[in-house]
Amino acid sequence: MGNLDPLGLTRRGFMRVGGTLLAVAALPQKIWAAALRPESVFQTTTLEATFEALGGVPTISEGIIFSAPDIAENGAVVPIRIEVDASVLPGVSKLYVIVEKNPNPVAAVFQVPPNTQPYAETRVKVAQTGNLYAVAEAEGELYMMQRETKVTLGGCGG
Amino acid sequence: MASRIRIRAQLKGDYCEVKALMRHPMETGMRKDQTGASIPANFIEDVQVVHGDTVVMQAYWGAAVSANPFLGVRFKGGTQGDVVKVIWRDNQGATGTGETTIR
Repeated sequence: MGNLDPLGLTRRGFMRVGGTLLAVAALPQKIWAAALRPESVFQTTTLEATFEALGGVPTISEGIIFSAPDIAENGAVVPIRIEVDASVLPGVSKLYVIVEKNPNPVAAVFQVPPNTQPYAETRVKVAQTGNLYAVAEAEGELYMMQRETKVTLGGCGG
Repeated sequence: MASRIRIRAQLKGDYCEVKALMRHPMETGMRKDQTGASIPANFIEDVQVVHGDTVVMQAYWGAAVSANPFLGVRFKGGTQGDVVKVIWRDNQGATGTGETTIR
């Protein structure tokens, strides 16, 4: 934030606006611009196509601890948790949540910076009984763990 | 259009756990209303968790994330009192932010 010239502000003017506030406010936009959503991954409609879009069928790894309920009473809200044991799978950079039977299997992608734990918790919709996959990308290789979740109530009907 | 986020950041051992609850309908675009007209897709596409000026988690979501989404992440290097923010943006361009301090 040292170079103020591009902003077209004098030093005093900059201070008046409140340097810190401005810097913090300007930050997210810059990150948004650099961030690229992997659209193609979200558009696949089958599990096979999804794995193809990711770059191959992942290897099953015990290093991925994937929690999902065995039975979901409400498919619209299925809590899931992915945690990767760094001693088994070091260097995880991405986590994917894949729901096999959904119209678009990829539900979420998490980009994990080096200082962040390979851990993500969220809730997803599961259209019907089927497999859920947690995929981890570590040092260019893909690993996965699967769980079957039985849905006793529709997921997309609300 | 900015919507609030309920957010909590807590130190737990050597990492900081961030939990956030966003308010959003997360419409898939596949549902129909009572008249049979389809409800347009409206879902959060991007979510960021920011600690200081570092993005500690960048998530991309599809419409399959549940309505009123919950997010839990863990990162290292946080200390008590640090500001943690969660920022989202949906496919219609709406945004939401939430901010808290680590405790």
